[in-house]
Amino acid sequence: MDVRSQISMVFHLDKCIGCHTCSVACKNIWTDRKGAEYMWWNNVETKPGTGYPGKWEDQEIYKGGWKKDGDKIYLKGAGRPKSLTNIFHNPHLPKIDDYYEPFTYKYLDLIESPAGDDQPTARPISMITGEPMDIKMGPNWDDDLSGSPDYARNDPNLTKLSPAEQEAMFQLERMAFFYLPRICNHCLNPACVAACPSQAIYKRGEDGVVLINQNVCRAWRMCVTACPYKKTYYNWNTGKSEKCILCYPRIESGHAPACMHSCVGRIRYLGVLLYDADQIESVASSDEESLVDQQMNMILDPFDPEVIAAAKANGVADSTIDAAQYSPTYKFVKTWGLALPLHPEFRTLPMLFYVPPLLPVMASVRDVSNEAQQEKLNPIAKQWPDNWLYDTSTEEIFGTIDQARFPLEYMANLFSAGDTSKVKERIMKLMAVRIYRRHKTVGDISEEKSNEALSTAGLTPELADAIYYLTSLPKFDDRFVIPAAHREQAIEMMEFTGDVKGNTGFGFKDKSAERGS
Amino acid sequence: MNTLNTFLFVVFPYVAGIVFVVGVTYRYRRTAFTVSSLSSQFLEGDKLFWGSVPFHIGLLAVFFGHLLAFLLPQATLAWNSVPVRLIILEVSAFVFGLSLLFGLLSLLWRRLTNPRVRVVTSRMDIAIELLLLAQVVLGCWVALGFRWGSSWFAADLTPYLWSLLALSPETDAVFALPLVIRLHIAGAFLILFMVPFTRLAHFVVAPLHYLFRPYQVVIWNWDRKAVRNPKEPWSKARPKNN
Repeated sequence: MDVRSQISMVFHLDKCIGCHTCSVACKNIWTDRKGAEYMWWNNVETKPGTGYPGKWEDQEIYKGGWKKDGDKIYLKGAGRPKSLTNIFHNPHLPKIDDYYEPFTYKYLDLIESPAGDDQPTARPISMITGEPMDIKMGPNWDDDLSGSPDYARNDPNLTKLSPAEQEAMFQLERMAFFYLPRICNHCLNPACVAACPSQAIYKRGEDGVVLINQNVCRAWRMCVTACPYKKTYYNWNTGKSEKCILCYPRIESGHAPACMHSCVGRIRYLGVLLYDADQIESVASSDEESLVDQQMNMILDPFDPEVIAAAKANGVADSTIDAAQYSPTYKFVKTWGLALPLHPEFRTLPMLFYVPPLLPVMASVRDVSNEAQQEKLNPIAKQWPDNWLYDTSTEEIFGTIDQARFPLEYMANLFSAGDTSKVKERIMKLMAVRIYRRHKTVGDISEEKSNEALSTAGLTPELADAIYYLTSLPKFDDRFVIPAAHREQAIEMMEFTGDVKGNTGFGFKDKSAERGS
Repeated sequence: MNTLNTFLFVVFPYVAGIVFVVGVTYRYRRTAFTVSSLSSQFLEGDKLFWGSVPFHIGLLAVFFGHLLAFLLPQATLAWNSVPVRLIILEVSAFVFGLSLLFGLLSLLWRRLTNPRVRVVTSRMDIAIELLLLAQVVLGCWVALGFRWGSSWFAADLTPYLWSLLALSPETDAVFALPLVIRLHIAGAFLILFMVPFTRLAHFVVAPLHYLFRPYQVVIWNWDRKAVRNPKEPWSKARPKNN
């Protein structure tokens, strides 16, 4: 058992309101630079939708991630033979137009235009060439566009659904969507690391953050192809690839990453997971049906004395083990079994987990007769000849899950490699907590019914209270349990303290100027 | 004329060699961030295929062809002693030369006409591209007009190059060569001289070590077995990621 610690994330999709504050916080700190304008290390997508870059989930186009062949796994679009033979021209590299051409406006024209008959306009200009351009795409171009023919209906996750199911999803009255915020997953089996010919990308042993060494990157661009989530980006100006760094300078100083700190809906949780690194290869190459279960199994119980002993033998700090025991992500992922990884079938073992959204799945539209209702209305009232009911009732405790507005298959294609039972299990738990809280606060649901819902979902009132607390009432320190970075040791990442003692002090990259230089 | 010849074929090769070694080492060690292939495929990918692939394949073949005649002159002459084998060698080398020329021309055309690629084009990029173009045109000219290059290279130029390496230049054979060939040789030293100052430096960092490393890379900032042992210093090696 090779116990290592990993900073992991949980995004609670039910709480995401799609405000993009996370994206803007990230952009302002990290990617507001020439060559990085088009990059969104954090972005929020509308599902169903094609996302960013367009159709990134379709690996027949982008050739990202791992594929299983026999007992072993191989990089789909990179790896030793392909990375070196395609080095002069990578046939699977997404182009700037797959993301969007970054643009700004000639605002100064508004002020400096000479007086005339017409209002001056601010024309859009490309931030690459500086020439006027027609904007064809931009960040969040498909925001809230569920049902649209160009975007929602081209969602790669729909391909496994029957045409009838797809049509049902996009009927105007039944339309639903939810938001999917995405950052780098800081995978346990990262395809970008494996694909980099220069060995510029690496996983930090201490906390599992995946980073690109800008001094070693040589623009061979294989990481962009290999990452199935398209979360490594090529900076066309510097000729270097860049990616989410999980705000490691903030994490090292005990702050939450900017996207998480700024999250308005407070959907984000960050904490340590202990895992068994010996299992990475076997788990990543397991059968598709058992991928999720295997990934859950390799996450270790931080209270198990054996795990603690093995972690200590491996140099995991006591403070990190402590953080793992209080980790909110461990609770969501393992204790409660509420969260799932995004697209586990890419086999990178992502360490960002999602609590699937309840609302668009749960609420259903039923055919009912509204005539009796309409008779009660004043004759001058505008009457709608609707014969349907937007139904969020819980008459039959879990009845609405199967007749949901989103087919369970859709959610399963996103979060469990197509296995609907795993998504259903989690949604039942979320629903049971909701029924339990309804019983507690409103009281129109009987205790028997509430208990029945809890026991069917495998929960107890205590667990439901804990889930409710961490979902709805958590304080900052509950959502982000960040282990100490041990800066007294971390400083040695940069330099030997002895070398600079009596010189500039610690943490300076260059030595102080010497007399005469 | 003789002074110029002496400069070009005795002094300049050493200058170029020293500048290459010192320059590339300095650039790699002190300003590693600037060492990059500076790919522009992200901005324009389709035309690049018809430039980059024939250029690089042609260049590799032609470069290793020259290297072969330099390292194994006797074997090259022995191979060339049968006319059919000589023709095969010369024709295939010339085809690679044409591939190189075609690739270079289409790269230059792409660089000059595509507005996005223009943005990431420096004056040095154009300069080095024109230099390479001149060198390739001269090379093709030599191959066509002064047959058979593979034989006289092995017989005349290889001893000259080895004498340069042995620090006792024997220049009689070079001085006697026609102007076109001398220009081609001087161009080769000029390109060597220019490598540290241009994007050509990326060929020095060709990622061949990728073949020999495990796929996954984990960097520990300290020895994790020793870090909890009070009797051991826990960071024996220099920090790796800075």
